[in-house]
Amino acid sequence: MSSVEFRKDLFREERDDNLQEIGKPTRRQDILGHVTGRSPYYDDHLFDGLLHMRCVRSPHHHARIRSIDTGAAERMPGVIRVILARDVPNNLNTLLSLINFGKDEEKLIQDTKVAYVGEPVAAIIAETDRQARDACAAVKVDYEVLPHVLDPEEALSPQAPVVNEVYPNNTFDYHDLYDHQKLRFGDVDKGFAEADHIVEGEYQMSPIEQAPIETCGAIAAPETNDRYVCYTSTQALFFSLGTTAKLLDMPSSRLHFIGGTVGGGFGGKVDSIVEPLSVLGAVLAGRPVKFMWDRTEEMQVGAPRGAERWRIKDGVARDGRILARAFTGFFDAGAYTRLSSYAIIKCSAHLPGPYTIPNVAANVFCVFTNRTPATAMRGFGITGVDFAIECHMDKVAEAVGLNPIELRILNAYRDGDMKPHRRLAKNTALIECCQVAAQKSGWSIGAEAARQSSLLGGGGPRAEIPETVTDMAGQIGERRRSVIPTAPGEGASARGNVPAGTQGIPIVAAAPQDEDMIMDPSRTGYRGPSSTPTRIPEAAIATDTRPQAAAPASPPPPAARPGPVAPSGSSQVLQPALQPALSPPAPQASPEPPATAPQPPAPDAASQPYKPEKPFSRGVNRPGVSRFLSGSRRR
Amino acid sequence: MMAKTPVQFSLNGSSAAVFVDDAQNLLDVLRRGVGDLTPKYGCGQGTCGSCTVLIDGEPHLSCLTLAETVEGRSVETTNGLAAGPNLHALQEAFMENFAAQCGYCTPGMLMAAKALLDRTPRPSREEVIEAISGNICRCTGYDPIIDAIMAASGQATRRTG
Repeated sequence: MSSVEFRKDLFREERDDNLQEIGKPTRRQDILGHVTGRSPYYDDHLFDGLLHMRCVRSPHHHARIRSIDTGAAERMPGVIRVILARDVPNNLNTLLSLINFGKDEEKLIQDTKVAYVGEPVAAIIAETDRQARDACAAVKVDYEVLPHVLDPEEALSPQAPVVNEVYPNNTFDYHDLYDHQKLRFGDVDKGFAEADHIVEGEYQMSPIEQAPIETCGAIAAPETNDRYVCYTSTQALFFSLGTTAKLLDMPSSRLHFIGGTVGGGFGGKVDSIVEPLSVLGAVLAGRPVKFMWDRTEEMQVGAPRGAERWRIKDGVARDGRILARAFTGFFDAGAYTRLSSYAIIKCSAHLPGPYTIPNVAANVFCVFTNRTPATAMRGFGITGVDFAIECHMDKVAEAVGLNPIELRILNAYRDGDMKPHRRLAKNTALIECCQVAAQKSGWSIGAEAARQSSLLGGGGPRAEIPETVTDMAGQIGERRRSVIPTAPGEGASARGNVPAGTQGIPIVAAAPQDEDMIMDPSRTGYRGPSSTPTRIPEAAIATDTRPQAAAPASPPPPAARPGPVAPSGSSQVLQPALQPALSPPAPQASPEPPATAPQPPAPDAASQPYKPEKPFSRGVNRPGVSRFLSGSRRR
Repeated sequence: MMAKTPVQFSLNGSSAAVFVDDAQNLLDVLRRGVGDLTPKYGCGQGTCGSCTVLIDGEPHLSCLTLAETVEGRSVETTNGLAAGPNLHALQEAFMENFAAQCGYCTPGMLMAAKALLDRTPRPSREEVIEAISGNICRCTGYDPIIDAIMAASGQATRRTG
């Protein structure tokens, strides 16, 4: 019944084994548990006295929290404990901080501002799930609705609301220096000038929910040895353990995490949200606590594959050879980074797809918007842009009048070719895939295309790194004005940063093209060094309770705003027609009905200085001592 | 204090008796009250099928079934499929055909398939597809599951992929 067909003739030199196991059904080692219903998913562990946790979640895309009144909820039947931000010992994290990547920016429970619909502002532990839900409904949160932004390019406008105060420009900061990932290989302007056709396209992907059948969740319980056991659905057990240790300010040795049986993950179970909350619940209640998302939460707050928008501009010769390809990409990270910053690094190393193109440029932005934070999902960072690239290849084929499979074979990478991220391609097989796909589908290709091979014709001049545009410091990177050198060489190694993948590889510099490398504030919405974060306007917050009046002014009409930076030759890439209109002004999209009788805000948690309780301090919370699993943080 | 109602029913041929809360659903009672963990919670709203059990031989979504309504009736779950050490033909076929990956939908899928085969021992492929149309699987793409159910009914599989 095997449907795998070996084409060992194509890669005779590469392997001669018979791949004994490939293409034959094999029995999973865990299949007996699956068919008898005995595989131990996290919810299949029974505890006496199990308590249930539910979250109070933001109904707004973006709102300041004026006050949270939990009085009524605390008196509801079955309620054991209400958890607020001040109960979280170390309430600020970013998922990749365990590998020292990115700044702490996301609270486990919010107390000052919510930045997406569904962001938790309180958690309630009760005897039954129903009681926890009823109590959540009884929590009164006084929100001051703020303007929101749901489109990544609108978020780059200088007038856009600041989504995430840690990143006041609404972009992730790479190395604290760059507001996007920049790829330069050769000189696309030269390529466009030599081309016979210019083919441009814009492609947009939606967010995709992983939708595992088992929803995200965890059960935590005190053990008899002063530790807490946590059964979890996580796909990343030690990630979740380290994140829990950090947020709860608890040595990881006091955490006993058990996972491995996952009811479907697809990337959506790495974000380590449910584990810290369930363990915190077990600590505060002294009893086993289950925090299991229902299906609505899974769909609304479960982090999806993020939306991406791509603009591609190709310069193509009459015979179909692509001479230059420029990308401008926007990853919609949602309100917090999670894994989007990493996805873009992966993406940048993948461009321009499986093709050998002598001049490639890309500017890829990780943009914060008031959407659900995005995270991992099956090939994230690659899947979206590949969709765009392959759509664009068909468009190029149409524009130059070529058979789309022949066009791909003509431009395919081959063994020994230099990829724009400065690695030699090996084990390439696009040509053979195209040939076999054409054959199987009855799509005829010419004799010339049918003769090609991934093993032949690569390398040589195609293995060279071309002369590449740089700035006057000899670097590839768009930097904050404050660190832009004014003369060649100046400041070149002040921070020792060189583009990813170029360590030890000299960049053969063409003439410096500083214009392409200097960030223009009007282009990107850059608002100043990130060390002085822009605050959302505080105007009249305490006294003015009129919902609309307290919000900052609406963004102005889009007319005069230049587009975000496109790879060099930018003025041609961006057509005004492609600019999404800034419509309608964000604040009007979520009108808040005026409260019937505005109450002066009571003194509350949100208006007082943040004072974390430290219920777990066990001598590990000394300044300068790394408390977590790995790496140093916040010196 | 919430009123509790006694409910007595047959679970996989043995008698079971539990006190249930007002409006408690059968899924919760089976899992927490009786300790049969084979039906799974996937959505709680009757859309995914992973909580499927048989009530008097008919497939039902236990998350949408009030526990009190099974009083005096016969409930079957995946826990009752195997006879001692001998697996049910459907279980064997699921193992042989790689019909599970994460396994979370499998108990519901097995019960939907059992209801079909009990009624129609040699179903057509279309009937198999119809029978599991209320059960969502996010991993396998369904073909291996359909193959497995066909194989369990003693019919040759026809792989489409």
